[in-house]
This record gives sequence, structure tokens and C-alpha cells, in this order.
Amino acid sequence: MAALRKMEFDGLIVGGGGAGLRAALELAQSGLKAAVISKVFPTRSHTVSAQGGITCAIASEDPEDDWRWHMYDTVKGSDYIGDQDAIEYMCSEGPQAVFELEHMGLPFSRTESGRIYQRPFGGQSKDYGKGGQAARTCAAADRTGHALLHTLYQANVKGGATFLNEWFAVDLVKNQDGAVTGVIAIEIETGNVVHVASRATVLATGGAGRIYASTTNALMNTGDGVGMALRAGFPVQDIEMWQFHPTGIADAGVLVTEGCRGEGGYLINKDGERFMERYAPTAKDLAGRDVVARSMIIEILEGRGCGEAGDHVLLKLDHLGEAVLNSRLPGILELSRTFAHVDPVRQPIPVVPTCHYMMGGIPTQVRGQALTQDDTGQDQAIEGLYAAGEAACVSVHGANRLGGNSLLDLIVFGRAAGLHIEQAVRQGISRRDASESDLEAARARLARWNDSTSGESVAALKRELQNTMQASFGVFRTEEHMRKGIETLKGLRDRIGNAHLPDKSNAFNTARLEALELDNLLEVAYATAIAAEARRESRGAHAREDHQQRDDKNWLCHSLYFPDDERVAKRAVNFQPATVPVLEPMERKY
Amino acid sequence: MQVSVYRYDPDVDEAPEMRDMSLELPEGKDLMVLDLLERLKEQDPSLSYRRSCREGVCGSDGINMNGLNGLACITPVSQVAKRGKLALRPLPGLPVVRDLVVDMSQFFDQFEKVRPYLINDQPPPAQERLQSPEERAELDGLYECILCGCCSTACPSFWWNPDKFVGPAGLLQAYRFLADSRDTAGAERLRDLEDPFSVFRCRGIMNCVNVCPKGLNPTQAIGKIRGLLVRQGT
Repeated sequence: MAALRKMEFDGLIVGGGGAGLRAALELAQSGLKAAVISKVFPTRSHTVSAQGGITCAIASEDPEDDWRWHMYDTVKGSDYIGDQDAIEYMCSEGPQAVFELEHMGLPFSRTESGRIYQRPFGGQSKDYGKGGQAARTCAAADRTGHALLHTLYQANVKGGATFLNEWFAVDLVKNQDGAVTGVIAIEIETGNVVHVASRATVLATGGAGRIYASTTNALMNTGDGVGMALRAGFPVQDIEMWQFHPTGIADAGVLVTEGCRGEGGYLINKDGERFMERYAPTAKDLAGRDVVARSMIIEILEGRGCGEAGDHVLLKLDHLGEAVLNSRLPGILELSRTFAHVDPVRQPIPVVPTCHYMMGGIPTQVRGQALTQDDTGQDQAIEGLYAAGEAACVSVHGANRLGGNSLLDLIVFGRAAGLHIEQAVRQGISRRDASESDLEAARARLARWNDSTSGESVAALKRELQNTMQASFGVFRTEEHMRKGIETLKGLRDRIGNAHLPDKSNAFNTARLEALELDNLLEVAYATAIAAEARRESRGAHAREDHQQRDDKNWLCHSLYFPDDERVAKRAVNFQPATVPVLEPMERKY
Repeated sequence: MQVSVYRYDPDVDEAPEMRDMSLELPEGKDLMVLDLLERLKEQDPSLSYRRSCREGVCGSDGINMNGLNGLACITPVSQVAKRGKLALRPLPGLPVVRDLVVDMSQFFDQFEKVRPYLINDQPPPAQERLQSPEERAELDGLYECILCGCCSTACPSFWWNPDKFVGPAGLLQAYRFLADSRDTAGAERLRDLEDPFSVFRCRGIMNCVNVCPKGLNPTQAIGKIRGLLVRQGT
């Protein structure tokens, strides 16, 4: 193969969303040579679509608010497989991280006293569940993700990291010692292939909602980082845990923020009944997302769905009044008019649970370094590899993420990864070498597509994969369907391995990117399927009709899927917060 | 449905051309232009365009549809097609990389020129800086910009002077920070804009307002900057 162009950095971040940009800012401010590879211009990253807000105990709406209550809610929301040391870190560091964003210029909505506006979100409580509904989600109208991502990009314009925008990371470069030494990437505009070497590589590539046919996720959310990690032989954690957001617009899949219910909206069935009162008498429409999504599906399955096909329920907002809707939920008005052809000022929005968020991902330490297990089942850090944000599983979300906790995750753990890398580089982690054969291994997949001369089309295979996941690994799961799904995925693995890339051109070749993304979708889907079949219980978002109870005796643990032998191992959940008493598992009721 | 698409691959084509493609549209369903592009790409995977969020917030898929700039993902085909025909072209005025993909460096250079970040020379407090709801309301209609480029590439002044005229998108950003009660660099910001080109090449023809997919009003923001410059000059 021809000699590769090579670039070298101290810290390389793959992904230009919230986590990546926050990590980049930290590294650039520390004076290290940092670079961000992003397959889109950074403000196009999917963080931009986050709506409702960032949950954090800044004590604006309630001066008595306490990060330990936020921690309690998050642990409970996770159905007790969130790591308590990580949740403690996120909730206690959160206020500082949010104030930093405000200082950078994030245009938060405000209270009369000039502080940051906070709204109620699902699963929030005061006083460890005893003091009623809390209002803890800091918001910039219903465009918080947009405001956050643009603010972080703006700060980076000032910051000084190198931006490799519209570059696509193909695969990790792993040397003979199992250390990650950088990535092979494509400069999309020219098609040039480049070896980007770095002392530390952070995967901040976001989620993979596009493994499902119906998702709120952007078209580019194809799990590229998780795919790269799996192909390099590294494990993923709790990958069976997928959040279905209760309110995706029926048919379109476009997200309608939980903030709608936080502001007082509620769900109704075809009889006009506010059905969540039956399923969650206390929290009602603001129960955990998994609980609300399941309740909606039951309503639909039992014949109380709305519309001609009875395939959705309705989200009612008109009683909030036009003024509130205009000031608090302007983006929702816009999206509803465009994609549901309804005006929420007068009519309810047709909604249905829609794939939204990947709780699982690359297992990491609290400071962001990626983990695997050694032969004795002990945690072992992966040299040179870090992960943050949705691609990572640190794990603060466990089996079910609370609304507003994803944006907090991004900035707290993006920053933590940056800090840790800075420290590691200062202490002198050496630059690791990769051999010619290591580089060739990282280019093998790209070469396969480039050499393909015939085979099935990428678009058709992708659709089949998405339909399989939707049918067999949705809100409710059973052994029988999952087995069938796994068989189909096995067939798809062979077929995708022989699929055809007809367009071999160099300049801005999006067909090649979609082919490479399909490999990543397959890796994530396959890992999801195997791990979902293995976890024989119901917990959080993982609801099995054949194992309906939570099984703490056998499954109060993380799952760890190893790609090389398709094995699912167990990993202990952390029950050792440093500064507060442990939260013991209890029955989860809303 | 007849769709005529601007095609250009720099490695193969000597010159760009409009190529016709035909497509069966489903009955009784009004697709977005992006849905149509995705179907065309299944026919011909070599067709290149940018897209991501498919809900009008990421700003990737600004293109020119039957002469009008907009986002493909939130523009219904029925709104732009005329007599069953639709011509899709890249955003005008910028170099074409391939097909519907333009090189946006000039656009982003102008964005960076206005120092699009909050400047405050006071040490930050332990909590957030306070801002009243009224002060915050000054940012509405400004901070929502998604940098899609529809406005600047619809602006003849930006076509003539893309290196010197900041353009509607950049000026909207400039005013977003001038209007922010937390920013302390107003005077310097205005000084950077007082030359004959940066702001004053705006002729107020309001193409930007006409095409903005987020319903923002760059012309108004530019008017306010002019007002501040004039007041500062007196």
C-alpha cells in the first residue's frame, strides 16, 4: 500500500458533539496539541437536537435543592445498575460545569430574579423521593442542545484546538501491545486517507439510534465509535439497554421534548383518558421514560390507541395556553406544524415511543479511560483509549436514563476526559508506535469496500437491519423473537461483508461513508441482540415478556459483550460513592 | 415526478450539468425534499449532498430548490415543485465541491471574523451571571441561527464580496453578542465592523429574511448594528 500521510497530536477527539467539544476545550486550554475529527461541521452534531434541558441541582427554582437528591433520582432511574461513584461525580460536579457553560455565553432562559430557569422533568424528586416533584432541568427554551452545542463551538473558536471538520474516522489503530495509537481517517472532501496518531484517543461519537427503523436520532447516528471499539476487539457494556422516548411524532420519529409534560402537558388515549394516572399514580406523565413508554404500548396493544389504525396516543398541550407555548416550547410548535401537521395551540400531537438513546457503550472509568477485563475478570484500562458521552458507558444511566441527564453527562465527562488526558500527558505517557501491519489492519475494512465489484446494495441491507431490530428488540422483548432476530443478523453479517460499493470516486463520496456506517450499525445491532438475549430479567428499558421480574440475585450487574468470542460476561456495579451513603436497591415505583 | 439535479464530480466531469431523474411519489403523502433526495440516492448512490438531523435544526441540508434557498428536510415537495417539476441546485455563490455540496469556508471565515463568542472582562462569579428575562429576550431571534448558509448565499452583496462583507449570517451573530447584557466588548466589536464593507454593503433587499428556514430576520439585526455604529460615530 502507498505511504500514508501522517498527523500527530497529544490528544485526538473523534466526534464534535457536546462531549467531544467539551473535551477539546479542556485540552486546548491546557496548551496541549489537540485535534477534533468530526464527520460533520461540529454544530451539525446530534447534540443540537436536544430540546428540554440539562438536569442539575443549581438550586435556582428551589433554593433548598441538593445534588444528592439528583443522585438519588438518577440511581433509582437507572434501576440500580448505574455506577454510584460515577453518578456521585456527575451530580456533584454538575453545577460547576453548568455555570461554566453560562459563563461561556449559553443563552439560558431566566427566572424573574435573573437566575437560570429550571423546569420539571420525569423521574425528578425532592428529598430522596419524599418531597414531591422537583424542577431541576436547566433550559434555554426548548432548544437547549442547540444553545449548548453552539456555545461550546464558539468557545472552541476562541480555544485553539485543530478542527478536522468533515473527516471520517474509519478504524482505531491498535498496536501489538493492545494499545490504541490513533485512527485511520478519510478527509471527506478529497477522499484522502490519513493516519492520525495521538497519545490519547477519545471516542465521543455519540449514539446509534439508526439501528432501529423508527428513531429520534439523526441520520448520522450510526455508532461509529462503538463499531470501531468492537472491531478492535474491545467490549461494550449494557448495550442491550436502549431508551424508547415516549414522545416521538408518529410516523416521522421526530422528538417532542419531555419538557412538554414538564410544563403541564399530558398523554391521552382514544377515550380522552389521562391513562398515566393508572400506571404511575404519583408521578403520572412524569414517571421514568421506560415506564411511560411501556404504558403507551400497552394502551395501543389493548385497543385504546388513537387514529384510524389505533397506532399512537395523543400529547395534549392546548390547555397550557398560547403564551406559555410560545415562550417555553417554540421549537415544538414548529416541529409539530411541520411534521405532524397539527398546531399544538389547538390540537394534540400524535406520538409513539421511539428509539432515542443508547444507555450502553464503551465501558470507562470515571475519568474517561476505556476499560476491558483481564482473564480473571478484573477491570483493565485500555492504553491510549478514552470515551465520553453517549458512546461511553461510565455508567451514569444504567438501565434507564433520566431526561436532561444526557447533556450533563456530555459536559461533565467530556471535561473529565480532557483533564485526565492532560494529566497523563504531563506525567509523560510516551507516544506509542504502530507497525505497518497495524496500519494495514486498520485499513482492511476500507480496502474491502473499495475492492468490491458486486453484491447487494447498502441501502437495502440497512433497511433490513433496521426492520429486524425494530421487530425483535423493541420496547417488549421475548426469547423467541430475539432468537429469530439473531439468526437474521448473522445472515446480515455475511451479506454486509459481501455488499457492494458501486461509487469508488474520491471527492465527497457519501456512498462510501454510508457503507462504512453500515458496518458500524451492524456491530452495534449485533452486540445489542446478543446482550439482550443473555439478560434474562426485566430491568429499566429492557422489558422481557418471558422474564417479567427484576432479578437482583443474578442480574444486579453490568453486562459486558466481548466481540471476539461473542460472549456476555458480568461486571460488578459500583456501590461505593466516596462522600455519601450508598443507595441500596429498592422496588422502583413512580 | 421529474427532478432535475445539479451534478458535478470534479474528478470526472469537465463541467457541471443538470441531470434529469424521475421518481414515483407515494399517493396521498407529501414528502419533504430530503425524502426525495434519499430516494434518488437509492437509485443512484453517487448523488452527494449533506444531511443529518432531518428536522431542521442541524443546518446541513441547505440547498436551492426551484430557485429558492431552504432546508431540504423541512421543505415539502408540494411547496417548491411547479407543475410536477423540481430543479435542485447547490446553494448559489459558493464553490461547488460535488453535486449539491458547496465549500462553506468563506461563510465560516466571516462567522469567525465577528468573534462569535461571549467576551466579558470581569472574573466570573461562583454561580451564573444574572440576566433578567427582559435582557434575555433581546437574544430571541438571534441565538437560534443554525449556520445553514441559506441567507448569505441568497445575498447579492455576499456574492460580490464574500471576503469583505460579513454577510447576513455573520452579522446576525455579531448582533447576538452586541445585544447580550453579559458581553463587555461592544465598543471593540463595533470598531471591527465600521469599515465600508463589513456591514455597509448590506443594501437591505431582504433576500436573507425571505429564505431563512428558522424565520429569523438578519436585516433587522443589521439595521440595529448600523444604528449603534451611527450613534457611536456622533
